[in-house]
Amino acid sequence: MTTFIWLIPVLPLISFLINVLFNRVIPRRGIALLGVGSVALSALITIIAGIKFLSIPPAGGAYTTTIYTWLSTGGFTADIAFRMDALTLVFCFVITFVGALIHLYSVEFMKDDDGFARFFAYMNLFVSSMLILVLSNNLLLLYLGWEGVGLCSYLLIGFWYKDPANDYAARKAFIVTRIGDTFMIVGLFLLVITFGTLNIDTLLRQAPLVWSSGSPVAVIAALLLLGGALGKSAQLPLQTWLPDAMAGPSPVSALIHAATMVTAGVYLIARLNVLFILAPEVLAAIAIIGAATLLIAGFSALTQHDLKRVLAYSTISQIGYMFLALGVGAWSAAIFHFMIHAFFKALLFLGAGSIILLLHEEHDMHKMGGLRKKMPIVFLTFLIGGASLSALPLITAGFYSKDQILWFSLASGIGSKWLWLAGIAGALLTSLYTFRMIFLVFFGEAKTEPKHQPGPLMTIPLIILAALSLIGGFIELPHNLGPVHLFSRLLEPVFPALILSESHAPEWIIQVISALIAIGGIYLAYLLFNKKTLSSNVIEKSRLSHFFYQGWGFDWLYNKLFVLPLVWLSQIDKKDFIDKFYSSLAHAVNYSGTLLSRTQNGKLRWYVMVMVAGLILLLTIMLNL
Amino acid sequence: MMTVPMETQILFAGVLFLIGLVGLLVRRNIIFMLMSIELMLNSAAMVFVMGGAHWGHADGQVMFIFILTVSAAEVSVGLALILQMYHHYRTLDADSMRKLKDHKANENL
Repeated sequence: MTTFIWLIPVLPLISFLINVLFNRVIPRRGIALLGVGSVALSALITIIAGIKFLSIPPAGGAYTTTIYTWLSTGGFTADIAFRMDALTLVFCFVITFVGALIHLYSVEFMKDDDGFARFFAYMNLFVSSMLILVLSNNLLLLYLGWEGVGLCSYLLIGFWYKDPANDYAARKAFIVTRIGDTFMIVGLFLLVITFGTLNIDTLLRQAPLVWSSGSPVAVIAALLLLGGALGKSAQLPLQTWLPDAMAGPSPVSALIHAATMVTAGVYLIARLNVLFILAPEVLAAIAIIGAATLLIAGFSALTQHDLKRVLAYSTISQIGYMFLALGVGAWSAAIFHFMIHAFFKALLFLGAGSIILLLHEEHDMHKMGGLRKKMPIVFLTFLIGGASLSALPLITAGFYSKDQILWFSLASGIGSKWLWLAGIAGALLTSLYTFRMIFLVFFGEAKTEPKHQPGPLMTIPLIILAALSLIGGFIELPHNLGPVHLFSRLLEPVFPALILSESHAPEWIIQVISALIAIGGIYLAYLLFNKKTLSSNVIEKSRLSHFFYQGWGFDWLYNKLFVLPLVWLSQIDKKDFIDKFYSSLAHAVNYSGTLLSRTQNGKLRWYVMVMVAGLILLLTIMLNL
Repeated sequence: MMTVPMETQILFAGVLFLIGLVGLLVRRNIIFMLMSIELMLNSAAMVFVMGGAHWGHADGQVMFIFILTVSAAEVSVGLALILQMYHHYRTLDADSMRKLKDHKANENL
C-alpha cells in the first residue's frame, strides 16, 4: 500500500503534462476523458487506500513513502516524501472525490468554451498541487503545494482573461494570499532555525521538548504560520480577495474557492496542532478571528445581489466556523465541518453555476425567480444543499457538523459563551441568507427563462453531492443522540484530546437552541422574501445594508491604507537620481543620433564634399607624420 | 625625343584631377558629374602610365588598360541609371534626387 500512494498526486500531474504538451492533437473528448479520468483514478486509489487504512491500521498511524531526496545541504534535508494519516486521508478523499465530480460537471459546463483544454490543464494541476499539499511529510513540500494551488487559483480566476475585471480579481487574490504566504515562509525559516528540520513528524515531537507553553518564540512561530492560514482561507483581515475570486468559472469556485484550497489554512493549523497548543494566545486569537469572520461575512452575504457572491461570503463565514472550532481545540469537529462543507458548498456552487449558465450569464438574484418548476433537479439539490448549509436539524449533514462546533465552542475548556453566542448569531444569519437566496431564485414569479435543462453530466454530480450533504452527517452523531463516532474515532490518533470545561449547560439545550435558530432563520426568510409580510427594506435598501454589501468597507480601507500610498510613493519615486542617470544617458544617445542623422540629407554633392574633406584631412595628418 | 620632367607630369595629372573634382562638386547636371569622374579616373590612369615610362616597366600600361575597362563598365551602368532617372523624374539635376535622406532628422531642410 505504501508504495502506491504517490500515484494519487502524480496521476493528475501526468494528465496535466499530457494536456499541456499535446492539447493541439487530442480531441475534446480525449481531453475530457484525460482530465476527469485522472482525478477519478486518484479518487479510486484514495478510496482503496482508505479501506485498507481502516481495515488494517498501519504502524504509527500513517503510510509513508519517500520518492526522492529533494535537497540535502548543511544538515538540512527535505525529501519528496508522502505521508498519509487519518487527517490526510479525509482531505485526500474530499479533494479527489469532490474534485472528480466537479471535473465531470465541467465537461458539460465548459463544452462551448474555447479554453476547454486549458481549463482542464489548470484544474488537473490544481488537484495535483492540492494533493501534494496535504500528502507531503515536510513543510517545504507542503509549501510547494501551497504555492501551486495559489498559482492555479490565480490562473483560474483570470480564466476569462479578456475581461480586465477578471484579471484584476485574479491579481487581487494572488497578491492578498501572497501577503499571508510571506508570513508563512518566514515562519518556516524560524522553524528551520530552531529545529533544523521541516519534517512535520519530527517537528511535532520536538516542539514540546524545546518550547515551553506560551514561550515568545512559539507564539511568534504560531502567529507567522497563522498569517499564511488566514491568507489562504480568506479570514479576517485577509478575506477581501474571495468575493472577487468569483470572476472565475463556477466549477472553479466550487472546487478551489469552496471545497478545497480555501480550507488549506484549516489543514495547516490542524496538521501543526502541537505548535498552536504551545501558543495558547494564538489559539484564542484563532477562535476570535473565526467568530468575527463568520459574523462579518454572514452580514455581507445577507445583502449581496450576485448569487455567487452570496456563496463566496457564505464560504468565508463557514471557514470562520472551522477556525472557531480549531481555536477552541475541537480539531476533529473542524475537519468534520470541512468535509461536510465541501459537499454542500460544492453542490451549491455547481447548482449556482447551472443556473447562471442556463439563464444567459445572469448573476443578479433579483432578476431570477420562479425557477422551482423550470429546473426541478437543480431546485431540489440546491434546496438540500441550502438546508445543509443552514443546518436544518436531524436530516441534514450540516446540522451534525455545525452543532458539534457550537457545542464545543461553549463546552471546551478554552471556549466561552461569547464565542458560542457569535456562532449562534452566525447560524441565524446563515439560514437567513441561504433561504433569502433560495426564495429569490426559485420562488416568486419567473423573470428569466432558462435556455434548456442541464444535461446528465451536470445533474449527476449534483445528485451525488446532494445525497452526501444529507447522509454525510450520520457518521458522527452528537454524544447524546447515538453511539456513532466513526469520524472522531478515525481522527483520534492525529489530534490531542479535547478537555471539556466542568460547568456548562447540558448538551441537549444547546442543540435545541441551535435547531430553533436554524428553523427560525428559515421562517424569517420565508416571511421576508416569500410572503413579504415583513418588509425586507432593511436588508435590501438601507445604508447599513449598503455598508455590508461593500464587505464592511475593507476594500475601501485597504485601498486608502496600502494601495494609494504605494501608488503615490512609486509616483514620486519615478524620478529619483538613479532613474535620472539612466534617462539622461538615453537622452544623450538620442540627441547625438539626431545630430548625426542630419548628415544624411540625401544630397549627392554634399556626400562627395564630405568625402573630399575627409580625404584632405587624412592626407594632412599623414603628411605631418 | 624630348623628355618632360617628372614634376611637370605629376603637376599636369594633379591639375587634371582637380578640374575633375571641382567639376564634380560644382556641377548639378548628373551627366557632367559623370564626365568629371571620367576626368579624374583618366588623370589617375595617367600617373600610372607616367610611372611605367619613368621606371621602364610595363605594369603602368597594364594598369591603364584595367582602369579603362573599369571606367567603361562604370560609365555604361552610370548612363543606364541616368537614363532611368530621366525617364522617371524628367530631370538631370542631382540635387533634386534626395529620396535617400533621413526624413526624420532633415524635416526642416
